[in-house]
Amino acid sequence: MVVYGVALLAFCMLVGVFLGDLLGKLIGVDANVGGIGIAMLLLIIIANKRTPFFEINAITKSGVNFWSAMYIPIVVAMAAKQNVFAALSGGWMAVTAGVLVVIISFLMIPLLYRLNNRE
Amino acid sequence: MLKEAIFSALSNNSIITAFLFVGVVTALSYWISNHMTNGKIHGSAIAITIGLFLAYIGGYVSEGDKGLADISIFTGVGILGGAMFRDFAIVATAFGVDLKHLKNAGMIGAISIIFGVILSFIIGAIVALMFGYDDAVSITTIGAGAATYIVGPVTGTALSASSEVIALSVAVGLIKSILVMIMTPFIAPYIKLDNAESAMIFGGLMGTTSGVAGGLAATDPELVPYGAMTATFYTGVGCLLAPSILFLIVNTLIN
Repeated sequence: MVVYGVALLAFCMLVGVFLGDLLGKLIGVDANVGGIGIAMLLLIIIANKRTPFFEINAITKSGVNFWSAMYIPIVVAMAAKQNVFAALSGGWMAVTAGVLVVIISFLMIPLLYRLNNRE
Repeated sequence: MLKEAIFSALSNNSIITAFLFVGVVTALSYWISNHMTNGKIHGSAIAITIGLFLAYIGGYVSEGDKGLADISIFTGVGILGGAMFRDFAIVATAFGVDLKHLKNAGMIGAISIIFGVILSFIIGAIVALMFGYDDAVSITTIGAGAATYIVGPVTGTALSASSEVIALSVAVGLIKSILVMIMTPFIAPYIKLDNAESAMIFGGLMGTTSGVAGGLAATDPELVPYGAMTATFYTGVGCLLAPSILFLIVNTLIN
């Protein structure tokens, strides 16, 4: 059933967020540390499991795939709720810092990529 | 009377209104993409840009902090585009992930997160210095804001920075996030952002979940889970490093 896929997704997210909060508390940080990343790993592991008792069938999959397909529309809504006005009211310092950080970080991507791929 | 009925139908069903809103923006964006740019600029990139533009107008009109979502008929946009649904959809994208790719890029992904936090922090701190901030607390807070708009206020609060500096650190993080959303699809071909490994490095270096989520959506949706995976660890690492080690280093260098 479709709802099994949605419920599986919800289960993974809640477990991930819980573990991320716990991890944050353990290292003494007031933030969730990688909760969504952990949830993703959990979903990947469960999706790749094949046992006689447990198998994700096509209809269950469609429950997950629907939310995966809703990703871009959700990102559009996310863009529409950003505090763009405040960002641009931060003045030249905020703009300078933001622009420099983004450009320099972009330039570092091929560098790190090469670092990982040299013989 | 008609106006009131429309208004109440839209605002009483806010999430449904948000579905319609996003659908209309997307349709318009793909139309613009096909007819005005010959498909050169991806429809999602245009949709995200329109979203950001409407967010600016929303913020200007309502003087709130949630962009378009502060206008009452669009409150649903704030829910649909909030962290809860965003993260739910991000987790869903992981369904198609290849474990092999993750293992291959795991180490460089982890390195890029730490490198990304420190790099962003240093750049933010230098800009703060250039603009005349000379106390360690303000420099650290603004540097932390250059990591993400969450690391900034968390650090500023921990170090008791002034509210003006905290607001500034949020602004720096927001600018970063918006720029990553808009620029990524255009820069992707030049930095070989076309495979799982570079997407993980990208997520780790940029760190802003919204920026990475938006940027990759408009570049290649298949890369989303890889970038998001590293980006979701970034804010936590930033909140760990900025108010502690990085603050101590700045403090020593200043005095």
